[in-house]
Amino acid sequence: MTYILDITRQQSTDSQPYVQSIPFETDDPAATVAFAMRQINASPDCKDINGETVTPISWECGCLQRKCGACAMVISGRPMLACDAVLSRVARGGRVSIAPLKKFPLVKDLTVDRSAMMEALKSAEVWLKAHASAEERNEGFVFDASRCLQCGCCLEVCPNFYAGGEFSGTAAALPMARLMAALPERDRELEKSYLRHFYNGCGKSLACRNICPAGIDVDSLLVNSNAAAVWKRRFGGRGR
Amino acid sequence: MGAINIIGAGLAGLSAAVTLAERGVPCRLISLQPSERAQSVLAEGGINAALDTMGEQDSPALHFEDTVKGGCDLADPNAVAALTEHAPETVRWLESLGVPFARSGGEIALRSFGGQRKKRTAYAQSSTGKMLMTALIDEARKYEAQGLIRRYSHHELIRLVISGGECRGAHVRDRITGLCAELPGRVILASGGMNGMFPSRTTGTVMNSGDVTATAFSQGVLLSSPEMIQFHPTTVGIPGKRCLVSEAARGEGGRLFIAKATGEKWYFMEEKYPELGNLSPRDVVSREMYFARRQEDTAGEVCLDMTGLSDDIWKNRLSDLREELIRYTGIDPKNTPVPVHEGIHYFMGGIDVDIRHRTNIPGLYAAGECCGQYHGANRLGGNSMLGAVYGGRTAAETAAEGFSPSQESEPAFAPLDDEPLLTPARESFNERLAVILTEALGIVRRADVLESAIGKVRALSEEAVCQREKLRCALALAMLRGALERRESRGAHYREDFPQRSDDFRRTTVARFEANDAVISFREIPERRAEQ
Ligand SMILES: Cc1cc2nc3c(=O)[nH]c(=O)nc-3n(C[C@H](O)[C@H](O)[C@H](O)COP(=O)(O)OP(=O)(O)OC[C@H]3O[C@@H](n4cnc5c(N)ncnc54)[C@H](O)[C@@H]3O)c2cc1C
Ligand code: SF4
Ligand code: SF4
Ligand code: FES
Repeated sequence: MTYILDITRQQSTDSQPYVQSIPFETDDPAATVAFAMRQINASPDCKDINGETVTPISWECGCLQRKCGACAMVISGRPMLACDAVLSRVARGGRVSIAPLKKFPLVKDLTVDRSAMMEALKSAEVWLKAHASAEERNEGFVFDASRCLQCGCCLEVCPNFYAGGEFSGTAAALPMARLMAALPERDRELEKSYLRHFYNGCGKSLACRNICPAGIDVDSLLVNSNAAAVWKRRFGGRGR
Repeated sequence: MGAINIIGAGLAGLSAAVTLAERGVPCRLISLQPSERAQSVLAEGGINAALDTMGEQDSPALHFEDTVKGGCDLADPNAVAALTEHAPETVRWLESLGVPFARSGGEIALRSFGGQRKKRTAYAQSSTGKMLMTALIDEARKYEAQGLIRRYSHHELIRLVISGGECRGAHVRDRITGLCAELPGRVILASGGMNGMFPSRTTGTVMNSGDVTATAFSQGVLLSSPEMIQFHPTTVGIPGKRCLVSEAARGEGGRLFIAKATGEKWYFMEEKYPELGNLSPRDVVSREMYFARRQEDTAGEVCLDMTGLSDDIWKNRLSDLREELIRYTGIDPKNTPVPVHEGIHYFMGGIDVDIRHRTNIPGLYAAGECCGQYHGANRLGGNSMLGAVYGGRTAAETAAEGFSPSQESEPAFAPLDDEPLLTPARESFNERLAVILTEALGIVRRADVLESAIGKVRALSEEAVCQREKLRCALALAMLRGALERRESRGAHYREDFPQRSDDFRRTTVARFEANDAVISFREIPERRAEQ
């Protein structure tokens, strides 16, 4: 099967973006967008549909198995991990559009600078101020919240998030939920920070629901964090 | 203010950074990608420590014995003693940072892992590495806010600054701006394993290219045991890589078999190794799989049979592993055995360090998978995360000795075009090199194949168009020459032409760079000191 990958290329922030259409042939039904781009980058003679040579495509790669969050991009209109995007499933009429995340400054082609996510966690003071010791009922929550990849897919769809703003989105709320769940006592500063950097700015539009490529049950983590930060209840009272 | 430079922000680099910060010593944490993307997040099955919470009378002494034996007597016993002695406090420290280890009766639960006589592996489902990393990233953030840890994510090491025989800094490039700077200070290398020498053929990340090790090697840093490459017995192929099926699958009761031509299932590990069976050390299992497939009366692939595992295990200990297998193989391991194959998983060898994690160059240290410490000829599952965390902490303690803050301001980043090490190796070149290495450095090795591979790599080196390609060839030659000169079989290194273990080779392979090639020597392994 030959797919056409319509990849948004852009040399740098100063230059104009354009779409390069690159044919990719594979008979592996499990082949992903990440796999295709690695193959393309490894073939120096690869040509696009107009016969132009394809220069190496810049994108962030890592584990190739959905565990490092490096390869988040917009595929067929939806933010997802390139290594999770099976060509046969994401293609529309044999074509796959591949573009960078729009919420972050572009570096080159599909590579963006997501440092703002890490900076947001720093300004929200997301770290433990006491030794962790989770109640038994919260152990599963700590596990789940710890799984966040910091990939940014949830931020891409969030109408209220922009890089560098005070509202830091689900990607910051989950690490805060981890701390709330892991601590033996309430941390008022952390709860305040949660209100300021997440709760107050969240429009509850739920656009971020079902987008998380790690499959984290974001809802129950947020419900419990809200219960703790807003209603001053102990984290973990709400079921999973 | 002066700072210590750490190259790599996985488990080893993060542990080193936090340890320095705890002592008030500032550091720069330099990595190609943010910590969330480091290979350490992939680690699955768990981390070892003789916590003895399962009522089995385990002890650091037994952990020591299993590690030395699993490494086929090639590890430095004094280093292993320090590692196993400090393992319980290391895991307790991680627990205090909020790692959600599985518990039983209020205590950290432990599972069985290969080559160990006791349950000794602390775990969180099959995502232990991710849990450790999240906790350490949060802890590091606390010190980032204090300015003690300065992050240089998206920066790569170009080369070390070595003058007067001492390491005085790291030359790095910002991958976003392209600007470069020489960051002064001692350097801890924590850049991970050499997966990039075998692209698409390992369970690790493609980002650990091996370039750091190759560059350090070319600058006079010694390597140890470069020929010791671990094949994990249970991996499945997915597009572009080998996907690990954690040893926890067998630790929780999974069994390996191959079909005989008669149709009967042959549980070869259980038959041949009555004591450890399916949980024998990885070198043994991988080799037996290889031989079982080659036997005339067997057919097809070796299968991992997990159909006997209880619902409780699937739900509480291996749910993520099951999900992954269904996704990647289409097989539900709860009902059907999964065909598995050996895959490159870990590099026991690497940058040569002593028990305090010093390299042969003063001012330069190394920890984690990039260094050649603790695991000898074969690493036990669960010991590498331990080695990375404990090693990172030890390297930091050593590097901090005598550290004095200075008044220097942070160096400015500036363009630099004439640096030969800026050009990355071509992927097509890497692939050609990998084909040669894969043929020669497999589970079974032979002199003629190794000799021919050395010839091919030397020829390929002539075709290199940039410095990094040249250096990768030199690193490849260190692996090949180490394997050729070790005329015996031990651990992960099995020579068809020398199938026995030989006491003459109970010595560490040491590789030195010379004229774009590697010179091999062997070093005595120290005796165990009475007092640690
Ligand atoms: C699938 C899988 C499962 C595993 N399961 C287990 C397990 O259950 N138990 C266990 O004990 N071990 C396990 N291991 C092994 C273990 O995870 C690793 O050995 C360990 O995490 C290595 O940590 P590290 O800090 O040395 O390196 P890494 O985590 O690989 O980090 C390397 C760092 O160096 C940086 N870097 C690399 N090159 C450069 C460069 N040129 N310039 C700047 N920075 C650079 C990277 O960005 C990264 O930050 C597993 C490994 C894999 C692949
Ligand atoms: S609910 Fe809406 S506003 Fe709130 S984080 Fe999700 S997408 Fe953003
Ligand atoms: S919550 Fe999910 S989508 Fe958002 S950053 Fe974390 S892993 Fe990515
Ligand atoms: S490469 Fe790691 S998530 Fe895609």
